[in-house]
Order: sequence, then C-alpha cells, then structure tokens
Amino acid sequence: MDTLQTFASAKLAAGEVKIVIGYQAGSDATRARPAFVSDTAEAASLIYDDRCRQNLAVYLLKPEVRAAGRAAVVCGPATLRTLLQYAAENRIAADAVVAIAVDADGTVTELADLEAVETHVARQPRGLTPEQQAEIDRIDALPLGERWQWWSRELGRCFKCYACRAACPLCYCSRCITDVNQPQWIPVAADPLGNLEWNVVRAMHLAGRCVDCGSCAEACPQGIRIDLLNRVLAREAVVDFGVAAGVSRRKDYALASFKPDDKEEFIR
Amino acid sequence: MSETRILNRAALGELIAALTAAGQRVLAPVEDDGRVEFREVTDADRLALDYVQTVTSAKAVVFPRFERMLRFAMRGKDVTVEEVPPASPPTVLLGAHPCDAASFATLRAVFTWDSGDAYCEPKLAALTVVGLSCARGDDFCFCTSVGGGPADARGCDILLSALDEKTYRAEILTERGRALVDLAPGAFQPGAGAKPRPVAAILPRFAAAELTEKLPELFGDASVWRQQSLRCLGCGSCAYVCPTCTCFDIQDERSRYDAMRVRTWDACGFGHFTLHASGHNPRGKQSERWRQRVMHKFAYQPARLQVLGCVGCGRCSRSCPVDMNLGEHLERLAATAAGSE
Ligand code: SF4
Ligand code: SF4
Ligand code: SF4
Ligand code: SF4
Repeated sequence: MDTLQTFASAKLAAGEVKIVIGYQAGSDATRARPAFVSDTAEAASLIYDDRCRQNLAVYLLKPEVRAAGRAAVVCGPATLRTLLQYAAENRIAADAVVAIAVDADGTVTELADLEAVETHVARQPRGLTPEQQAEIDRIDALPLGERWQWWSRELGRCFKCYACRAACPLCYCSRCITDVNQPQWIPVAADPLGNLEWNVVRAMHLAGRCVDCGSCAEACPQGIRIDLLNRVLAREAVVDFGVAAGVSRRKDYALASFKPDDKEEFIR
Repeated sequence: MSETRILNRAALGELIAALTAAGQRVLAPVEDDGRVEFREVTDADRLALDYVQTVTSAKAVVFPRFERMLRFAMRGKDVTVEEVPPASPPTVLLGAHPCDAASFATLRAVFTWDSGDAYCEPKLAALTVVGLSCARGDDFCFCTSVGGGPADARGCDILLSALDEKTYRAEILTERGRALVDLAPGAFQPGAGAKPRPVAAILPRFAAAELTEKLPELFGDASVWRQQSLRCLGCGSCAYVCPTCTCFDIQDERSRYDAMRVRTWDACGFGHFTLHASGHNPRGKQSERWRQRVMHKFAYQPARLQVLGCVGCGRCSRSCPVDMNLGEHLERLAATAAGSE
C-alpha cells in the first residue's frame, strides 16, 4: 500500500510538484507542525495522525509558499473542502494543486484535480462531533441573558492577536476590515465592544464560507470557542440559503449572490 | 545577605487580606476554565501556585493591552482635548515565576529609555513583585539560556522558595519588599527554615551572549530566516503572550466629533507591522518580520539597552498555532552562528 511518504516522494521525484505541504512531528507528543518538503529524502519525515488538525490550505495563498512552485497538500477532510471553497471563490486554479487525501481510516489517495476532490468530499461523512453538537445545544438552550453573559465572558478574553484570522484559510482578505481605520469600522481596543464587534464581524464574513476545520479555535491562545459561532452560522446558512461551504468547486457565495426568485420579499 | 522570613501557605489569605486592606491591588495566578492566569484576588481561595506558567504574561499590569490616552470632541468650531491620566494603582504581583519578575527589567529599559513613558513609568513605580521559585518547568522553558533561572531573584522584591508542602522561605531583597512585609507583619514568621526544596532542572541550550555577538553576521542570510519562518502565519499570538514584547500602536477611534486616542499592543508578526503610509514596508516578508523578532530581542536590545528582550518563559512557543519553538530556533541559530552547521 502506498503511504503518505512514498506518495510525496514520488510526486517530487517526478517533478509534478515542487513542494509538499504536510505535517511533521512537533515539539512534543501533542503537537504536529506544518512542514514544507521539497526534497525526496525529507518526505520520510511526514506524518499524519490525530495531532494533524491544522488546515494546511491556508498556506496555498501565502506569497512565500506560492513562490516555491506547484504544491501537493496533505489533506484531511476539512482541507479538501477548503480547496473546493477556494476554487468557488476563484482563489486557486483547477490544476494548481495536487491533493493528497488522508481519510479517517488512514487511506491515502491522490486527487489530481478538483473534480476528483469534489467526488471524494461527496463520499465523506460530514457533521459535528457529539461534543460540538452538545456545546451548541447547551448554549442555544440558555435564556437570552445568560447566553449573552456566556459570550461576554468568553469574548472578554480576546486580546485581538488575530491568530484566528491568520489560521483561517477563508480569512484571506489582503486588507482585513479590522485593520482599516479610515473609516474605522471596528473599535481597536480589546475591550468588550471592540471584541464583540471583531468576533461577530469575522463570524458574519465567514457565514456560508466556513468549511468547519476548527483551525480558528485551535489557534486561539485564549481558548475562546469562536468555532461555535462559525458552526452555528454555517447551520443558519444551510437553513436559509441551502448552501454548505466546500461541497462544490462552482458555487455562489450565499451572502454575495442574487436570485430573481429569492424567497425574501425585500430583496426582489 | 538578604533578610529572610517564613511564610506559611496557610497565611497567604492573611497576607492578601492585609495588602488589600492597605490599598494594594493583588494579582496572582488563579485557575479559571482550566487555564492558570494572573487575576486580581482578594483571598487565597483560588490561588494556583503549583503552575508551570500562565498562558498570558503579567506585562499588562504595567503595559495594558489597550489604554486610553486622550479624548477629543468637536462641537461646531469648538474643539476640546482632554488628557486621560494614566491609572497606576499600587499593585502587588504575587507568585510570579523568576522569568516574569525578570521581564520588568526589559519593560523598564524600553519605557524609561529616552524621554520616558508617561503611562508605563508610574505603573512600574507602583509595582511590587513577590516571586516564586519554580518547582517544575516544561520543555518550552529556557530561562537558563538567557541569564535567568528557576530560583533567580533578579527583578523580585521578595522571592518565595518552597521549603516543604506548607511553607515558603521569603527572601526580602529590596526596600519595596521590606515595605510589603511591614504591611502584613503577622503573615511572616521569623527565620530562614532549612534548605529549600530543589527547583526545576532547566538545562542551558545556548549561550545568549554568543548569539548576540553572532546574530549580525546572520542578518543577510535570507535562507535561514525563510527556512525558520515559512510556517509562521503572521499573527500576534507570540507577541501578545510575551512578557517582554513592547511594540505598540496608537490610533484615534470613533468619529471626528467624539474621539479617543488609544494605545494598543502591536506585533511584528502582522503583515502591516511597520507598513509606511506610502505603502512601502521595510519588512514586507514574513521572514523579514521573523528576523526582526529575533534580532530585536537578541541583538538590538542587548546592544542599545544592555538587556535581552527575552526571559525564556516559553509562552510564545506554547501558544504558537504552528509550533514555532523559539528555544529550538535559537539553538539552531546559535549553532549556525558558531559555524557548526
Ligand atoms: S472560521 Fe474557523 S472553522 Fe471556519 S474555515 Fe475558518 S478556521 Fe476553519
Ligand atoms: S485568536 Fe482568540 S484572542 Fe486572538 S483575536 Fe482571535 S478570538 Fe481573539
Ligand atoms: S511565530 Fe507563531 S505565534 Fe508568532 S506570528 Fe508566527 S504563527 Fe503567530
Ligand atoms: S520571546 Fe517567548 S520565551 Fe522569550 S520572553 Fe517572550 S514569550 Fe517568553
């Protein structure tokens, strides 16, 4: 059976890709780190296990990584969804990247183009883990005042380091609205108002685009459950607009498209 | 020799109560939602003194994450400008590890350099640090490579070291430390106790002085910095959790009719760090900003301010979303600089 390492080294040896974006063992047994492998010998250091949760698609838009040439990316299910979402948002060309898909059971498959990615994603189970669902249900069930208190406390820890934004593959705006100061849309202070506005604006901008990789919350040094905001908005986008992110390489973004037969009166 | 006292764990509540009654704000490590952080305390109930390290540092005590400096308003043709005076309540930082105690020397060097900083200086002057030797560390700690150590007393007004489960030896190191003991004389017993328990074993990994000397040679080696920083996402996490990062931004916010001037933290990871109004950025690449982070802490600050910009607390590495391990990177740089790579 082909392994991740043999795949990666074969792609590099054949000159099909210049760089493989994958994971290497990190500082300790609980951490993996992104790795950029450009020589076949180094491919042996690639790993894929429970630690490999970061969405590596984020690197495909980085100028420093792009400069290295055509890339193969080690992809868990959420990273595959990101590739489709990137294509739908015209971020990557159809043949720009080779996906090395690793399924939950460890099977490694090469997906040479986005059509193959789409077929592969369609076959995979998708949904929230019981922990995620339970946490959303718990917060949903809180009376409004208590829900407000819970979020105020949670977001109160935010110090605007923007690690969530940096780790999120869909937060790719070259000039984020929070960095714009003429006019200033979002208060700069990491105080209750500034934090609320920042986190809510970010969540809204990702509604219908978030591919549910969880990288934002994993990156947050303050351990804030921002992923829950995104997950609820993803759910709402499906309910209201019928679209889930990362299912198709050709798809309109729900909050930026217009349909003459929209069900809402006000927009027609 | 400094003066010593005995402080029983059971007397910590009395100590905190006495300090609070004397008008001191007491900050100490407490556990909250599974994370240990410095928080204001009024009793000893939630103290978590057996911690390795807090997620965020205590620098906010003297350099808050945001601070209002001015308010201005425009009504017709009338413009009013009002200064917001700096708040500097007398504060005791209780139970900070030696690396954090040492970090105030870097903050002091930066904020009292040149003209002095009207917002930070009074807070530094109002701060008393009661340090706590480290019983344990983790793989991210590298204090001993940057001139510190798990029982290092520099930066402490008082240093506590565990004698056993229930008792600390308190070394009173400064006048300020003495004044603190005088605020709560009942909490301290006379004596020095027997030998303190062994502290964490943190093996030195590189020599900071050699690194400082060699870094300028590496400045122009773009491949080194690119290789180290390719995975860096360019966020503010490492700078914001760091006890010694001092870069800040000043912005006017709200509208032209009612506005505030606010100082916030800045971070060299951000893409718009040092971006000029012209659009030019002298550090346009992530690798150049990573180089800045290392050079600033280990070359520029020692050269200009005679103090390292890092105390080896390891927070940046524990919090980095992509496992940028500063100790490991520095070890490599030191080896490269020494010509063994
Ligand atoms: S918002 Fe969070 S979960 Fe959604 S795509 Fe971005 S990083 Fe992933
Ligand atoms: S990563 Fe966390 S602390 Fe940083 S800006 Fe995002 S929510 Fe705030
Ligand atoms: S080193 Fe880590 S924490 Fe610092 S900017 Fe880069 S990704 Fe963020
Ligand atoms: S650079 Fe890292 S290890 Fe050094 S003081 Fe800052 S957070 Fe601690």
